[in-house]
Amino acid sequence: MPHVIKVNGATHSIDVDDDTPLLWVLRDLLGLNGTKFGCGVSQCGACTVFMNGKPLRSCSMPVSALSGGEITTIEAVKGREASAVQNAWVAHDVPQCGYCQSGQVMSAIALLKELRNPTDRDIDLAMSGNICRCGTYARIRAAIHDAARTLAG
Amino acid sequence: MRARDVCLIFLTIPFVAGIVSMLSEATGQGPPTMAADELRPAASFASIADRRSRSIALFEEAGKVLQHPRCVNCHPATERPKQGDSRRLHLPLVVRGVDGHGAPGMRCATCHQANNYDQAGIPGNAHWHLAPASMAWEGRSLGEICEQLKDPARNGNRDIAMIINHVKTDSLVIWAWSPGPNRTPAPGTNTQFGELLRAWAEAGAECPTP
Repeated sequence: MPHVIKVNGATHSIDVDDDTPLLWVLRDLLGLNGTKFGCGVSQCGACTVFMNGKPLRSCSMPVSALSGGEITTIEAVKGREASAVQNAWVAHDVPQCGYCQSGQVMSAIALLKELRNPTDRDIDLAMSGNICRCGTYARIRAAIHDAARTLAG
Repeated sequence: MRARDVCLIFLTIPFVAGIVSMLSEATGQGPPTMAADELRPAASFASIADRRSRSIALFEEAGKVLQHPRCVNCHPATERPKQGDSRRLHLPLVVRGVDGHGAPGMRCATCHQANNYDQAGIPGNAHWHLAPASMAWEGRSLGEICEQLKDPARNGNRDIAMIINHVKTDSLVIWAWSPGPNRTPAPGTNTQFGELLRAWAEAGAECPTP
């Protein structure tokens, strides 16, 4: 089935089955490999993107249900929150293997868009769906606090 | 007694019990036997002469839905929902949040879309969310749930007519009968459930003893 989707400010015409996950379209058809496949069942968060500015697990979103929503991936996310998070990620040397980190960064940005000064509990609840097998959680939490201080400054 | 006689007795008992059960149903004695996934029709309670007893019996039948995992999982006693027929804690960790739609940055809609997505096993509805804490049913008796349902201070300021309309028209309630693969649907049909509650209300909206 033909579909028209909007990704990172560009419009794409694609021809896939209605129930194809958005993640497959991003990676296999559009070549946007920054978004990762982890579990395919919304358990790990590696595939997190934004739809209309809100976080979304792209492995669990059929392309037929996008309804014109604007998709933003790690390759194009921008703004004050994105810059603060990316800089804090570098400063705290957050990634280890790095596989989950694009999803972690997207979720961290989404949190700071909603809460300017999150507590440890706020961070834990917002990031609970993003699994890191390297166990970088302490650095993730510190980097989000750091990014929040940058945004407040 | 020889071994052959013992075997004969054990083979005969279930056969006789089956005949007795069939005769009981054929003669109309007692309520119809319903499977766990069915509901007795509201009209079948008309034979209960005592109004209060009839009302309570109707609510107890509707309670098969109210206490089913498809309903209780998102009416949790804590801030965390359950999932699956086994009622395990929801994974990943999610909470009710101030509006029932999750915590900042981790909303229900992060994973749950407008419809079930069977390929990923994710159930969906356009307003997927948790019931408020005042409507927690998990661990409550049917009598306690009944009192909650009738209490405007805990049920979203609804009268009984509004409650019945809610369960018959709310798309998230109706989802309980179309939950997708690997989730047992709520018993009976949504129409039967609504009729049971309507008949319960008409008989006085009585509650079982908590």
